[in-house]
Amino acid sequence: MPSSQIEQRKAVALISGGLDSMLAAKVIKDQGVHVEGINFYTGFCVEGHTHAIRKKDKRKEKRNNALWTAEQLGIKLHIIDISEQYKDIVINPKHGYGQNLNPCLDCKIFMVNQAQAWAWMEENDFDFIITGEVVGQRPKSQRADTMPIIAKESGAEDRLLRPLCAKNLPPTLPEREGWVDRERLYDFHGRNRKPQIELAHQLGFDDFAQPAGGCCFLTDESYSRKLADLWQARGERRYELDDILLLKIGRHIRPNERFKIMVSREEGENNFLEGYRKEFTNIRILSHPGPLALVDGTPNDEDLALAARIVARYSQGRAEDTVEVQIDKMDGEVRLLQIAPLLADDIPKAWFI
Amino acid sequence: MNSPSQKQQVHQLNAQRLLCPIPVIRTQDKIKTLNKGDLLEVLCTDPGTLQDIPTWCRINGHHVVDTQQEDRLIKIIIKVGQIAP
Ligand code: SF4
Repeated sequence: MPSSQIEQRKAVALISGGLDSMLAAKVIKDQGVHVEGINFYTGFCVEGHTHAIRKKDKRKEKRNNALWTAEQLGIKLHIIDISEQYKDIVINPKHGYGQNLNPCLDCKIFMVNQAQAWAWMEENDFDFIITGEVVGQRPKSQRADTMPIIAKESGAEDRLLRPLCAKNLPPTLPEREGWVDRERLYDFHGRNRKPQIELAHQLGFDDFAQPAGGCCFLTDESYSRKLADLWQARGERRYELDDILLLKIGRHIRPNERFKIMVSREEGENNFLEGYRKEFTNIRILSHPGPLALVDGTPNDEDLALAARIVARYSQGRAEDTVEVQIDKMDGEVRLLQIAPLLADDIPKAWFI
Repeated sequence: MNSPSQKQQVHQLNAQRLLCPIPVIRTQDKIKTLNKGDLLEVLCTDPGTLQDIPTWCRINGHHVVDTQQEDRLIKIIIKVGQIAP
């Protein structure tokens, strides 16, 4: 039947870096379709950033899973920066949040839209979109009842193929047109990940990224808490890219509503925070080796003294009666203080965000 | 083709202080504006780029011709391969 087709069909695969999107792309590629991947950078992606910052993570393999996946598949990967437009999704998700501040459903709709826009931009060189979604499996956007919403709202309608669960869904255009063989697609469902793992081995993938869980920091409880705190402190739901990067770094301690401090935990974080010294009031310990801390908000003098005492607690002078501290304020004023480091017990647990 | 006497221009991209995958995205977008055979020098500070930029190049048909690292500064020189139509 497919012999009448001379033209090779082209599909664009959403590559998250996880196992499912890898399998979906592979299954379609193995059917002779030309597949290229796209990966969206939202600012919250788990890849990248963090691995480079913390020294202790340096020994871990520093691969970007989306790039690695594309290399395994032998397909091109286009990384698209959607961090600006993505803000609206995180701040005002039409379909609400998941367990934390993860707007998974809106996120998927947006990504599929973006994929479509991208295909369109490529002068309709691509015929359909592939995602690794599976009915009935987390995250929220992968539940059976939400599937049609994604296809409908994203406008991708008939050209959105989910090879791993296609057999549970009505045939899409690529199947009806015979661009892909529906019989060679799958009917995975539910949370059991065994079929995916089996398929991975069958397809010759022995090493793959974490099977389940979030592809982004928004599914992380502690991260979402920090983001919620940021919004509350500012009195509005808004963020810049630097804000959300900084939420991944250091200890975040908020003694009151006026300010919080971000204290580096080790050299890698220290280096990273150094890059922000001009943009924040910052605190350093002069008399002993210790962390760098950035102060966010509008602290008064008393607050700054308290902040300095907290930072001193994480320096090597923590057991001393006093340590010397330098505070570089945003207005250019430099303050040198002799302060007593706080004791561990003096920092209430509730201050840690 | 450049004749040997023609000194090849090296294009520059400053991706210092940016964290992966942003340096990769910037590299990708810059290469779109270049021609096959052009050289691009990318300056970065994120050690992740040492892995990510070469991987991106391999996938997309470009070649890393040199990588240098001095303290925290990383310099990656890329020879542009086939540009997607
Ligand atoms: S986990 Fe993050 S990136 Fe993945 S669908 Fe949900 S919001 Fe989007």
